[in-house]
Amino acid sequence: MKHDLRAYWRTNICYMAVLLCVWAAISYLCGIVFVRELNAVMLGGFPLGFWFAQQGSIFGFLVIILVYFLLMRRLDRKYGIDE
Amino acid sequence: MSTTVWTYIMVGITFSLYLGIAWVSRVRDTRGFYVAGGGVPPLANGMATAADWMSAASFMGMAGIISFAGYTGSIYLMGWTGGYVLLALLLAPYLRKFGKFTVPDFVGDRYYSGTARVVALLCAVFVSLTYVAGQMRGVGIVFSRFLEVDVNTGVIIGMAIVFFYAGIGGMKGITWTQVAQYSVLIVAFIIPAAAISKMITGTAIPQLGFGSAIAHGPHAGKYLLETLDAIGRDLGFAGYTEAFGAGGRSMQDVIAITMALMVGTAGLPHVIIRFYTVPTVRGARLSAVYALLFIAVLYTTAPAIAAFARYNLVNSLNNVAYTQAPSWFANWERTGLVAWLDKNNDGIIQYRSGNAFAGKPDFSALQGAHGQRLLHNAALDGENELYVDRDIIVLANPEIAGLAPWVIALVAAGALAAALSTASGLLLVIASSISHDLYYRMLDRQASEKKRLLVGRVMIGVAVCIAGYFGMNPPGFVAQVVALAFGLAASSFFPTLVLGIFWKRATREGAITGMVCGIGFTMFYIVQTKFMGVSPWFFGISPEGIGCIGMLVNFVLTAAVSLVTPPPPAEVQEMVESIRIPRGASAAIDH
Repeated sequence: MKHDLRAYWRTNICYMAVLLCVWAAISYLCGIVFVRELNAVMLGGFPLGFWFAQQGSIFGFLVIILVYFLLMRRLDRKYGIDE
Repeated sequence: MSTTVWTYIMVGITFSLYLGIAWVSRVRDTRGFYVAGGGVPPLANGMATAADWMSAASFMGMAGIISFAGYTGSIYLMGWTGGYVLLALLLAPYLRKFGKFTVPDFVGDRYYSGTARVVALLCAVFVSLTYVAGQMRGVGIVFSRFLEVDVNTGVIIGMAIVFFYAGIGGMKGITWTQVAQYSVLIVAFIIPAAAISKMITGTAIPQLGFGSAIAHGPHAGKYLLETLDAIGRDLGFAGYTEAFGAGGRSMQDVIAITMALMVGTAGLPHVIIRFYTVPTVRGARLSAVYALLFIAVLYTTAPAIAAFARYNLVNSLNNVAYTQAPSWFANWERTGLVAWLDKNNDGIIQYRSGNAFAGKPDFSALQGAHGQRLLHNAALDGENELYVDRDIIVLANPEIAGLAPWVIALVAAGALAAALSTASGLLLVIASSISHDLYYRMLDRQASEKKRLLVGRVMIGVAVCIAGYFGMNPPGFVAQVVALAFGLAASSFFPTLVLGIFWKRATREGAITGMVCGIGFTMFYIVQTKFMGVSPWFFGISPEGIGCIGMLVNFVLTAAVSLVTPPPPAEVQEMVESIRIPRGASAAIDH
């Protein structure tokens, strides 16, 4: 049981690390650091970097939280610690 | 019916609704009062969190700021939504499992220390007080603009309403009122946005219209953003979508401010405590999804409104004779939100970069040759003749889009909903910090349930009065202290909570040192740069962004001191183990 919970926690940390990388990439990298380079590309009427900064990052954040919710729901069930 | 009559009806209906909800959900025990009995469904908690989070500033101010700042305005959009990722992944599930009433509760128990609890309590009260003063002022301003009553009368009406529903309903009353307030504010925000998007681009979805081509007029067929960039450059402003240009913020400053706002959001006590109200850990995760969904509806619409309004403003006013200007201009000129100083006496409005005159408009009683209100302000150099208050972007939208008076009334009700919902959440944090953390946990552990509930209600009353006082007599530095609130939340709570959950070795001494030094550094820098005129010396980072450095200071010191002090007692380490496992959250209630 103890061992199981350690594996559960490790998987959780792993999910978090990946999702936080995505979080940083869509906001800090696409929206700020590389915004000028991305602005050379157009997404319809949006310069791409500007779109990430004012629209895309927010949609991305929402997807990240949703994915985390779904992954953890599955993980909780797998280890039998859901409610 | 006139707009004023509609506004009275709309505000009357929504206020009765809030009071009715509060009466139905009145509470009799402290669990109901502090955490709504822990039985709020995630969907409702998501709506309540969104209303709690989106303040008068989000509703009225943000689109205006972006409209004038262009790309740089993204710091608020990313900063105030990205924090929810941190909350959902790093804090909410674990704090819900912990299952007490307040943030100082967790800090005090996890760090086995009354001192840590008091430091956390002081931070919570200070952060919430600075924030709530602005909300009460917001209520007063909305009343004065739409109902032509005195700002102070507006503040008093707001105080009475909030006291009633927070006092009798506690967290339960607040939660269900916030659900109603979210519905009101989001409808009020979306209707004018869709109408103005349809008017300019032909599509009613603002998020798409934002990236579409302009439908009519001199720029028909060209993309809106492309046009804005071009118009801006012609008039001497930076391009709208251009990043880090002249007059804008530098890249490292944009990063620092975005980070400070994100981390500050995740550390704000009135947002964190909302996650104590759901039944399970899974519910906490799910309500974070709903909360960000509901917030994103407004936060992705706001930048679109900003761009539409910018286009409209330049297009309908620049190089237009005052007598030919649209009627909303004269309407808002009466309220002092726009002003025109005809520097070259040609009767035509020239809009360029730079300020037309210093400070806010100071109108004389006289009218000029074209019927404009004359000003006492001395003209500044430069060709710009137009003064525009940022708040007008959202407030004047319905009129600019030519919508019916009831829509304008709805915007007033929406702005009030945004201000009241945030104020009530903050007041509860202040009241619970004093009545629960200070009075019950530190002064009188034997206090009866009834007595604790009474103290809670009295503290709501006291907090309402203090907030109202600051609302009526705003200290000159109110705008500046909002930076302080985020900086303090970022540099105090966030690192302390995260390390408390993810690092069992974090000790009492480490946490106290970290919090005190993190806050100390942040406060010192803000006071230096905001009030003492020292130029931002730390890599040019402005005071709004220094919270992220304060956070690093806190992280590093907590870790360093923890490593050289004895590890936490076994029962604390067991507690940390247990909050990592979701099962048993509904039972995890002490008291």
